[in-house]
Amino acid sequence: MDALADMREEEAVALARSMLDAGDDPSRVLEICREAMDVVGKRFEKQEYFLPELVLAGEMLETIGAMAKPLLQQASGGESKKLGRVLIGTVHGDLHDIGKNIVTFMLDINGYEVRDIGIDVPVTKFVEEIRDFKPLVVGLSGFLTLAFDSMKETVQAIEHAGLRNGMKIMIGGGQVDEAVRTYTGADAFGSNAVAAVGLCRQWIPAQAA
Amino acid sequence: MTTDAIQVPADAAARHAERTRRVADAIALKETDRVPVIYHTQFWHARQAGMNYRRAMYDYQALMDSCREVVLALEPDMYASPLRPAFGPCLDALGFKQLEWPGHGTRDDAMFQYLDREYMKPEEYKEFLFDPSGFFLSKYLPRVGTAFEGLDKLPSLPTLYYGRIFAVLPRFCDPAVTRAFERLRRAGEEGERLGACMSSFAEEMDRLGFPQSQGVMASSPYDYLGDHFRGSKGILLDMYRRKDELLAALDKVTTILLEHTVAAGSRHPCKLVYIPIHWAMDSFMSLEQFKTFFWPPFRRLLLGMIEAGLTPVCFWESVCTTRLETIADIPPAKAIYWFEGTDLARAKEVLRGIACVRGNVPPSVLISGTPEDVDACCRRLIETAGKGGGLILDGACGIPDEAKPANVKAMFASVRKYAA
Repeated sequence: MDALADMREEEAVALARSMLDAGDDPSRVLEICREAMDVVGKRFEKQEYFLPELVLAGEMLETIGAMAKPLLQQASGGESKKLGRVLIGTVHGDLHDIGKNIVTFMLDINGYEVRDIGIDVPVTKFVEEIRDFKPLVVGLSGFLTLAFDSMKETVQAIEHAGLRNGMKIMIGGGQVDEAVRTYTGADAFGSNAVAAVGLCRQWIPAQAA
Repeated sequence: MTTDAIQVPADAAARHAERTRRVADAIALKETDRVPVIYHTQFWHARQAGMNYRRAMYDYQALMDSCREVVLALEPDMYASPLRPAFGPCLDALGFKQLEWPGHGTRDDAMFQYLDREYMKPEEYKEFLFDPSGFFLSKYLPRVGTAFEGLDKLPSLPTLYYGRIFAVLPRFCDPAVTRAFERLRRAGEEGERLGACMSSFAEEMDRLGFPQSQGVMASSPYDYLGDHFRGSKGILLDMYRRKDELLAALDKVTTILLEHTVAAGSRHPCKLVYIPIHWAMDSFMSLEQFKTFFWPPFRRLLLGMIEAGLTPVCFWESVCTTRLETIADIPPAKAIYWFEGTDLARAKEVLRGIACVRGNVPPSVLISGTPEDVDACCRRLIETAGKGGGLILDGACGIPDEAKPANVKAMFASVRKYAA
């Protein structure tokens, strides 16, 4: 776990490989990875880690996951219980995804079931995906100033579709601030991924999931 | 509107000198009669004239007309050329692949956008470091523009010596090579047309009394490699997986960028060099990583430019509060630091006696606020960050295209209302 959490990539992958080769339970290997990602997430929240560490941790997890998952026995148990559903996407007209991807990653390692519907997402697609996925929180991301209007239109469309009740909308990215939140009609804004996780913790109490 | 139809004010030359002096004094950190203000935008004037993005990126004349009208009305101390983002015809000619723009991936009423991808593979560092020009011809350029496809058929240039030259001559008439040169010739002609418009517009605005706020553009070495070669994910991983190669590449790129910027900047009549900075922000990397990967090569670039008589205009995107003490390490009164999201009063505190600060009326206020909100924001900036000189007022990222006209007017009026 320390090797992954401390960004020693070769060591972390080699250790996982030797555990699997020695016949250790692959679900145990994945559980150790999850614990390590928890440490990574906490260090990110404390601003000890930044984007290079999140990206590298994600790569290590993917490599080890690819090694372990084919070995998983059906009987070895399913996925751990998720805290609640969050739908996230970059609003229409905007192709930026770095911020959205970080938020998705942080929500995922914090236990939320996240559906990322990509970039330049039309209003109608948001509405369809909300109907299908039934999230408790919707995250609208956007980097460009044109995203302010796209966010406003998306929030309005969600309302018109009668989907706003019982669901919270958060916005973030670029120059989003309280004035933009008011303008768009969202419930809250976040300046970074840690803020997004904080909002979800506030809106989705653990027992609600 | 034609150029001839515009009356040149009798005092235009004097106003030009006064505006130039006001900005120069702000850069020199001297107190000025009022805080200078710059008009910098992508397409705000075009939208005011009713153009969509597609037309704005292609119609040089309409863009110049709309910008001239706005500059004459707002009377900024300086303006950024409206033709900077008018590269639609050049993109077409090059078959450019690193952007999406109206008609090529985005709607006619949407802004062009950069595609964050890997344009240089991690294992290609060695090739890049050994022979960047060869790497550009054989790999990089064909990846970023279809017009460059065929250049990879050229012989390796250092092998062209003495009798060997004759042996490889046939390569120069390879159909793929001649096709590439023909397409590049046409692209070159378009570039020449754009350049001629830029020069004539600048000369016309000079006559009308308005100097330009920037000449050539440059890039920080980290942004150059991250944005245009390795992509964001690639360069972040390289900081762990290929640290030595990344540092060597940053060093090499710094030399290349410095030589080019000094040569091009020295030829340009405007000595202000605009440098948009994408990867310096607090949330992207730790301060230690910033001091290892970002700042040392960038500082070398800045010092080289300053030594050559150029003035760097660094646009520090997003919030860079934790970087302030580090980036204060440059010669005093030689650069403009334009901050997007960093608290300007705090920046001024750290950079007092070091660099002129610029900014930073938030886009949210310019777009969704009232003229009173804008006025209050500008007053606060002028009275805090403007104290003692060394402030240029501007939007946080210039004037956003969606800004309300009354709000923009309020911003430009504020420098005439409030004293630092």
